[in-house]
Amino acid sequence: MKNLIDIMELSTEEIDGLIKTALDIIENPDKYAESCKRKKLATLFFEPSTRTRLSFEAAMYELGGNVIGFSEANSSSASKGESVADTVKVVGCYADIIAMRHPKEGAPLVATRTAGVPVINAGDGGHNHPTQTLADLLTIYREKGGFNNLTIGLCGDLKFGRTVHSLISAMSRYEGIKFVLISPDELKVPRYIITDVLEKKNIPYEEVSSLEKAMPDLDILYMTRVQKERFFNEADYLRLKDSYILTPEKLSNAKKDLSILHPLPRVNEISVAIDSDPRACYFKQVLNGKYMRMALILKLLEVNV
Amino acid sequence: MIIGQIKDGIVLDHITAGKSIQIYDILGLGKLDCTVAMIKNAESKKMGKKDIIKIGRVIDIDFAVLGYIDPGITVNIISDGKLVKREHLSLPEKVTGIIKCKNPRCITSCEQELTQEFRLVDREKKIYRCVYCESQAPKESLG
Repeated sequence: MKNLIDIMELSTEEIDGLIKTALDIIENPDKYAESCKRKKLATLFFEPSTRTRLSFEAAMYELGGNVIGFSEANSSSASKGESVADTVKVVGCYADIIAMRHPKEGAPLVATRTAGVPVINAGDGGHNHPTQTLADLLTIYREKGGFNNLTIGLCGDLKFGRTVHSLISAMSRYEGIKFVLISPDELKVPRYIITDVLEKKNIPYEEVSSLEKAMPDLDILYMTRVQKERFFNEADYLRLKDSYILTPEKLSNAKKDLSILHPLPRVNEISVAIDSDPRACYFKQVLNGKYMRMALILKLLEVNV
Repeated sequence: MIIGQIKDGIVLDHITAGKSIQIYDILGLGKLDCTVAMIKNAESKKMGKKDIIKIGRVIDIDFAVLGYIDPGITVNIISDGKLVKREHLSLPEKVTGIIKCKNPRCITSCEQELTQEFRLVDREKKIYRCVYCESQAPKESLG
């Protein structure tokens, strides 16, 4: 049984395979239109996430499959106190594959033990969100033509931003990568990411607090939102939420071929004026996420087209 | 102080001085009806001071738990007055049911019946991480 809980479970070869499939889906959508006919995807969203859920559902519909599920814990039996293990065991009787979002970290791993069908982690608390990283990777691949020799700036909430941690881990496997970690002191990348990933693999990185100073070197700028739901204390959230806002002025010394990514939703950290800049890739990223989810569903269901 | 040799049983040697009481509790030795001797601060050429526990019966011991608490321990199995097996412990790859994850966002914080599981990620630094949320275990945390 194959699942996807953490992006690092996929080898670089497997990621290459998913990208190849996604590119083929983009080129030949009709070829895939009935590839998951009579298959059902269950989207079990124990916390709301319109974007990710709709992306999974759109992905399954475009593969000719069907979708069942719920979009918040209140409409599931979790509200009656049912365990994750029991919920997915029941759902596994109905669906061929599960995409699961849960506020508690590790819940999708628990699900893999009883589901009996493949489980995709669609985000577990502040922990992992591997399909967002797949969207990021396809975007980087399409914008840059590959993954080697890139200076990647990550900006904003690098402490709680799970997409940041996954992207660092995933990109650390390629050649010539350099990271510039741009954040206030309170939201720096956790120490274990530095020691276990960057220092362990001798990957050059710098931790800085100025977005403007870092800008000229960057090939990719990955902006993040300071997420209210990750704070226990509202005062801390209010103090830090506007730390880094990307404006056209701040882009004035950026490379002409910079790619600006953001996992969305954005609040105010990227000025709307940047949306029309050809370097803005965050809406392309949304579309890329759907293609990669399609490729992943095909892989986990072992459907060959 | 003289504590006699045991005929059949287990000698836990090279326990870090001061840890024998913790091990006594974790292994539930207080519940045994056989002789159990706990020696604190015995002289040791190798360690300076060490603790020793002698158990007058061969019992099942969870070596993973013991290795996690104190990986330097030597387990000697005695049968008919002779040493029949010596086991040098090391840090176990996985520790189940003895470290509790402190991360309030971890699934184990709300689903209490889940078994607490930690895996060794850095042997040199003795770092364990929760298999569910990857939070680092506080060093030598128990229960």
